[in-house]
Amino acid sequence: MNMITTLFKRELRSYFATPVAYVFIVIFLVLSSAFTFYLGQFYERGQADLLPFFNFLPWLYLFLVPAVAMRLWSEERKSGTIELLLTLPITMWQAVVGKFLAAWAFIGIALALTFPLWLTVNYLGDPDNGVILASYIGALLMAGAFLAIGSCISAATRNQVVAFILTVVACFVLVMAGHPLVLDAFAAWAPQGLVDAIAGLSFLTHFASISKGVIDLRDLLYFLLMIGFWLYASAIVIDLKKAD
Amino acid sequence: MIETQALGKRYGDLVAVDGISFKVEPGQVLGFLGPNGAGKSTTMKMVAGFLVPTSGSAKVCGFDVESDSLLARRVVGYLPEGAPSYGEMSVRQFLGFIADVRELPAAVRGKRLDDVIGRLNLEGVLEQPIETLSKGFKRRVGLAQAILHDPKVLILDEPTDGLDPNQKHEVRSLINAMARDKTIIVSTHVLEEVHAVCNRAIIIARGRVLADATPAELEARSRYHQAVSMTARDANAAREALARVVDVAAIEVDAQDGRITAFPKPGKQIFAAVNEVLKERNVAVREIALEGGRLDEVFRSITQAAPAKEVRP
Repeated sequence: MNMITTLFKRELRSYFATPVAYVFIVIFLVLSSAFTFYLGQFYERGQADLLPFFNFLPWLYLFLVPAVAMRLWSEERKSGTIELLLTLPITMWQAVVGKFLAAWAFIGIALALTFPLWLTVNYLGDPDNGVILASYIGALLMAGAFLAIGSCISAATRNQVVAFILTVVACFVLVMAGHPLVLDAFAAWAPQGLVDAIAGLSFLTHFASISKGVIDLRDLLYFLLMIGFWLYASAIVIDLKKAD
Repeated sequence: MIETQALGKRYGDLVAVDGISFKVEPGQVLGFLGPNGAGKSTTMKMVAGFLVPTSGSAKVCGFDVESDSLLARRVVGYLPEGAPSYGEMSVRQFLGFIADVRELPAAVRGKRLDDVIGRLNLEGVLEQPIETLSKGFKRRVGLAQAILHDPKVLILDEPTDGLDPNQKHEVRSLINAMARDKTIIVSTHVLEEVHAVCNRAIIIARGRVLADATPAELEARSRYHQAVSMTARDANAAREALARVVDVAAIEVDAQDGRITAFPKPGKQIFAAVNEVLKERNVAVREIALEGGRLDEVFRSITQAAPAKEVRP
């Protein structure tokens, strides 16, 4: 645990040592506000809630989280620091989790900085803050799942652009898993059980049910298992690919 | 102590390291020599615990690099090829991070940091981001990282690559200063380095050990070992005189600088006899030298002769 904290601190600090962190946070805040106020018609709806914000968040994350995830391991491999990191007395698991948690915390910081929206909605009306809190938790969990997928894909390539594009595609498929766009591709040949299972993997379904304010154990478990699975896969991929 | 047994690494059909066995004791500095792609780095990566061997085993201070990986990595200090480090961190932050990961106790942490910073002259750049440093400083930061926890075993992959002559000299002095109680492996392309720091050298090519000896023993394999070379005003007279020495096997004249070299018959010494003949015949020489042997020539003959051995009927 101690070692994970050490790695976590180093990683998180390195985000803020370069302009990457600031560019990311500014873009995230600008885009999320633009979506909320213009596309989401925050004022025009006349309702005191943050639904316009949380409705667009998955689509924003679809592009911004892979941008954070792409450097997780590709950069280590490209610069050769992976050799330094993995010959230090730390386990692979500690390295994978430490780096993941730092990236997750970074996205969490960006998400927390949307608090003026929450203040605004509380100033204008009387929203259900329980629902808002649940939505924030759901958003963070969803970001974590995106990030874990990105971690695994970034471990497979030393090219950050490739890692970015593949992560966006993989996340898109998972976001859209409940949608005919994805399901039709399977419905033609796969048994109904498999199609239902794929539909059940949809990020949107699970996120939507959390952001209704009900934190169901199944939704929670879904995201945590997703994160665990992809981090486990990351460790395996790193082990396989570190030689080349 | 480092001990490898038939250590091997293959990638599909490609054999990178083909059963390397050696043992290095504390106080020894082992030089790894070999052409590019010979398997030096791969071997070092396996001993350092980065790559998993596909056959054989390696032990560091008694810890197997596979089954006791964490313990083995704890006693090793490793400088990977190219001395990678986190460019956006300052030197102080980076070394602090390594100290934390190495879990240096608070009581010695400050002392160890001061020690390596002093040894590698990093005082002036402590607050600079590593990516803004020159190649020489980056290499020194890499070395500082490797020796920070005062490891029993040091594995240095091309520690002087890209350094200027002064910096090379500093790094060699540093290695020599640490050599007494540590087990050190150094890989290098620079043959003069073998003399400067190593008391034993292994030549590797195509993943195999082709020679394992002290630098002096390797030199003794050279054609130039015990040869006598000279420059003379009257080259022809000198050649004639040399031809009279019984134990001289061959005489060569360098086409460029006219230097005459007399090679002895195997196992014979000719220096005294050559001197005598020259004096007798009154041949004036500008200078005369007894050759110790040329490592580069030995290196070439060992590594280039190798394919012939691998030809199978």
